[in-house]
Amino acid sequence: MSTRNITMLQAVNEAMHERMEMDSDTLLLGEDIGKNGGVFRATDGLYETFGPSRVIDTPLAEAGIIGSSIGLALNGKKPIVEIQFLAFIYPGFEQLVSHAARMRYRTRGQFHLPMVIRAPYGAGIRGPELHSESVESFFVQTPGLKVVAPGNPYDAKGLFHAAVKDPDPVLFLEDTKLYRAFKQDVPAESYEIPLGKAAVVREGSDLTMVAWGSMVREAVKAAERMEKEKGWSCEVIDLRTIYPFDRETIIESVKKTGRAAVMHEAHKTGGLGAEITAVINEEALVYLRAPVQRVAGYDVPVPQFMVEDLYLPDAGRMANAVEKAMTF
Amino acid sequence: MAVNDRELMQTYDTLQVLSPEGKVLAEEASQLTAEMKRTLFEKMLSCREFDEKAMKLQRQGRIGTYASYKGQEASQVGSAMALEPMDWLFPTYRDHGAGWTHGQDWSRILLYWMGHPDGSITPDGLRIMPQAVPIATQLLHAVGTGWADKLDGKRHASIAYFGDGATSEGDFHEALNFAGVFQTPTVFFCQNNGYAISVPFSKQSASETIAQRAQAYDIKGVRIDGNDIFAVYLTVKEAVERARNGGGPTLIEAVTTRYGSHTTADDAKKYRDQEAVQASWAEKADPVERLRRHLLQEGLLTEEAEADMTEAVRKKVDEALETAESYPKPTRESMFEHVYESASWMAEEQREQRGSTR
Repeated sequence: MSTRNITMLQAVNEAMHERMEMDSDTLLLGEDIGKNGGVFRATDGLYETFGPSRVIDTPLAEAGIIGSSIGLALNGKKPIVEIQFLAFIYPGFEQLVSHAARMRYRTRGQFHLPMVIRAPYGAGIRGPELHSESVESFFVQTPGLKVVAPGNPYDAKGLFHAAVKDPDPVLFLEDTKLYRAFKQDVPAESYEIPLGKAAVVREGSDLTMVAWGSMVREAVKAAERMEKEKGWSCEVIDLRTIYPFDRETIIESVKKTGRAAVMHEAHKTGGLGAEITAVINEEALVYLRAPVQRVAGYDVPVPQFMVEDLYLPDAGRMANAVEKAMTF
Repeated sequence: MAVNDRELMQTYDTLQVLSPEGKVLAEEASQLTAEMKRTLFEKMLSCREFDEKAMKLQRQGRIGTYASYKGQEASQVGSAMALEPMDWLFPTYRDHGAGWTHGQDWSRILLYWMGHPDGSITPDGLRIMPQAVPIATQLLHAVGTGWADKLDGKRHASIAYFGDGATSEGDFHEALNFAGVFQTPTVFFCQNNGYAISVPFSKQSASETIAQRAQAYDIKGVRIDGNDIFAVYLTVKEAVERARNGGGPTLIEAVTTRYGSHTTADDAKKYRDQEAVQASWAEKADPVERLRRHLLQEGLLTEEAEADMTEAVRKKVDEALETAESYPKPTRESMFEHVYESASWMAEEQREQRGSTR
């Protein structure tokens, strides 16, 4: 299998090219995704290859994009929607939550919606206000939607293929910090990584870290530092699909390590870390040697970018959490 | 010249083909055969019968909160009769008269109002979508289904039903704008019944008409008497044909009357003189009575034939009620079905857990 060393942005772009090539019912819709190639250039070259009837520059209207995509998906198309930034999705929230997530349920399986909504998310790239949110919890609270957040180029391509093939609506979250952060060997062919399966990206025996998106890299950094400074061995799980998430991998790891720390950019209260903590308590309480730690965005609005580095959870804050758990 | 000079604007007169007295006013009516006129009447009668029955059932506690469409039968029957079987129909919670006319079963509609999860299943081969409960959201779905048909070169139309209140929502604008930009075969069928729950149209919008909004999107806009089933049928027929033939979207404003309250959970007496509304409605606006007058005058209906018709219609509604009431009750397990193609482990596990021990 031939591989190329590419970024996550290139991996997503390549996956879209492949899906469009494979299935003529696949359409791309979004703002500025045509000639401009999207604000992050994720759709570069697609308009030139597939033309304006399949790579569609829509009017500037998120409810319009998601709502009309629901109709397209009802009637045999496979829309792939780009929402420019996750924090711009709110006008389309009702369409996603009240309709996309419920169509199969309301029609008792007569109709289903094979659609993917891509949305760049997260702080740390000096974006203007309201370009940096991590609001995955809104959607994790919406049965009927699946939520995916890849942590590297290889996973991004494989998960994207699986998301487009999935018969139900998938919110595909792309951490903007990862778009051009590093390259990885990615197969030139198409391949799938199943939704709902986490990956153990670093093995360890003292504590389990659970993260997704760019937080995985911070967790790994913290794990390396702890190994070096304290001799503690941390396992790192990249959740990859955050709903429905892979409980088995988490629990298996926690039973081995007896300690856990969950890390996410989203605000701490009501964040997915709370849910994962609860699941660990339900399934592995007697194995725990310390309370499960949460390293998360603070419960303040995502701040202006001069302070965003202080808002964002990082390896240093994760190290503090590890220390707390290890010395409990 | 003042920028808001009315003379600058296209005007949208209200098209009427059949007068309240039952007289034909426009020669387009000649397109309607005697048989068609009788069918339209029978269907309106059926809708009226169902609606009145449903109101009683709600009071008896046999169905839940119910939204009556009484007064809007001409709009609903006339529009749905103009459709082909494969056209897409996106109703609201007040459009089951249209859904039934297009082929939905009364028993299925009753199941919906009984709160049964199976209440939105469309008959095989038809695309009557679940009623939209949020306001104006379904307009965009009708843009999307139409868009897909256009891309595939299929000659189907998509029709979205909505009320006057929906025209204040952002999704109304987004849908008309998308339909205009992509020239989708979508018919936006607005039943302007004058009230969004309690708020009259004069407080909903400063626009004199809803049809005039079409001008802003450069799409066809038509205003019709929504209590005149001939005007409704002929206008919608023209709009769906235009859609099928690549002529793009149409916004239709059917001016009608909501005879009763918003739903059985609402009391219209709180915000309007309900007695006056109903008296004037019976005199001038009842769409069933209007067509009845016409048919009697034209010798297309006798009182005896009408009595037979009424009896047959009543029987069908009674049978539908029996079917709905003997339909299997939903189980706790059924609640966990159809969330995804394959259930999440969360829901799967919760289904297996012990339910309430009340």
